[in-house]
Amino acid sequence: MHDFQNTAWWAVLWSLIKIIIVVVPLLLGVAYLTLAERKVIGYIQVRLGPNRVGFRGSLQPIADAIKLMFKEVIIPTNANRFLFLAAPVLAFVPALLVWAAIPFGPGVAISNMNAGLLYVLAIAGLGVYGIIVAGWASNSKYAFLGAMRAAAQLVAYEIAMGFALVGVLMVAQTLNLTKIVEAQAGGGFWSWYWLPLFPFFLVYFISGIAETNRAPFDVAEGESEIVAGFHVEYSGMAFALFFLAEYANMIFVSLLTTVLFLGGWYAPINTPLLIWIPGIVWLLLKTAFLLYVFLWIRATFPRYRYDQIMRLGWKVFIPVTIAWIVVVGVALETPLRAILR
Amino acid sequence: MPVTTLLFYLFSAILLGSATLVITARNPVYATLYLVLAFFNAAALFILLGAEFLGLILILVYVGAVMVLFLFVVMMLDINLTRIKEGFLSYLPLGLAIAVLGVLELAAVFWSAPLGRIPAPAAIPANADNTRALGVLLYTQYLYPFEIAAVILLVAIIAAIALTLRRRSGTKTQNIGAQMAVRAKDRMHLVDLREPKP
Repeated sequence: MHDFQNTAWWAVLWSLIKIIIVVVPLLLGVAYLTLAERKVIGYIQVRLGPNRVGFRGSLQPIADAIKLMFKEVIIPTNANRFLFLAAPVLAFVPALLVWAAIPFGPGVAISNMNAGLLYVLAIAGLGVYGIIVAGWASNSKYAFLGAMRAAAQLVAYEIAMGFALVGVLMVAQTLNLTKIVEAQAGGGFWSWYWLPLFPFFLVYFISGIAETNRAPFDVAEGESEIVAGFHVEYSGMAFALFFLAEYANMIFVSLLTTVLFLGGWYAPINTPLLIWIPGIVWLLLKTAFLLYVFLWIRATFPRYRYDQIMRLGWKVFIPVTIAWIVVVGVALETPLRAILR
Repeated sequence: MPVTTLLFYLFSAILLGSATLVITARNPVYATLYLVLAFFNAAALFILLGAEFLGLILILVYVGAVMVLFLFVVMMLDINLTRIKEGFLSYLPLGLAIAVLGVLELAAVFWSAPLGRIPAPAAIPANADNTRALGVLLYTQYLYPFEIAAVILLVAIIAAIALTLRRRSGTKTQNIGAQMAVRAKDRMHLVDLREPKP
């Protein structure tokens, strides 16, 4: 047995097992996030939301999945066939790839890589290829407009997002996500990075909403202006893949915000009463809270005008993050660093 | 043969193949996407060498930002291949001359430093943090070249903006300050239309 555990086959097999352990709950989470979204927005708008399939609508995601699987995938006459079908895959694969570096507990990750922060930033930016290629390959003006908007928005917000992560990197002095969480241990709620890095926390979370193309930054879909944007020509499972990718990215952004700014798997108050609860519970609770904020924001704010999105990204977020990087840099050279470390 | 050697040949083969397709693809969008594939495989080669920082930065900067903008531009162009090919023969001598020059320069490099003398990559200690190592080197030994490169980039950014900035008169733009200063009472007046009580 020990001989087998040292072979390359075992390494491959073990990686596959870990991937399945992460991806299956993730896809279930995506399915039930769609239900949660419809329920939460329903209650905010004084409706009931889905309540016919299963107990109070609890089987609605399963019904939706079966419906989407049996629908026909229609390919427009003049579309570029290959890229039209490749685009949903290009959107979905990066949404799963980022999970390779996410730590779920001390040392619990598919890959505890040194440059984890850089990896998630690099891979998370790739999802936009699915949107751009979909918009181009559909050969439809609305899809194309959606793709153009998505590309411009991504470039604007990725810079602000990168700067926000530079701040975290400066304070934690490591790119390893597990070590970033461990650097926030100690005083519970008050020692997490959301407090000293508050501007980064806000900028990162809002840029995360923009990068996942969620309301109020969902101009790439913008159903009141460009019908449904980049996925207007899609149907059936090809359409479903875009949605799976979007919701998986929402969960990812919430989880990464938790890891970087909200202390990951640590309990909010350092008392024996709360510490015995396993870290994964805290991690998922914080993630669920941020996901609720995603839905809350969607139900509350009207869609941004396109020029305002660009203005917010380039003229507000980037200067704010640069200024706060300078503040953190100065603080790290003075006795104030005791607060940050 | 160790697995990494196999992977090296696999990634190199895909890299060379996609790089060839970049220049032979008839559709410019396909060419751009092949270039993305080439970058990915180059990044994979960096990571095989243990240079995960360089590999990830390659993906982050080139695939994540530069190629998105390339694709953005290429999709907007209606490229007519027949018109581009018209001038092919007249440009051929210049192109060939540059190609020959490039090959000669490479040959000179390899001739003066034969491949045997290029040191094999050192064994990587487990859990080496090459991001930190690179940072330390950049900010100590290579501080001046690094800072000068940064200043050149800054100048290039400002120059690009200055060259393309046109102040046209007569266009309608939003006055952002005025938009921000608007309050509800500026936009809506509630008028009491109830009948006055007798």
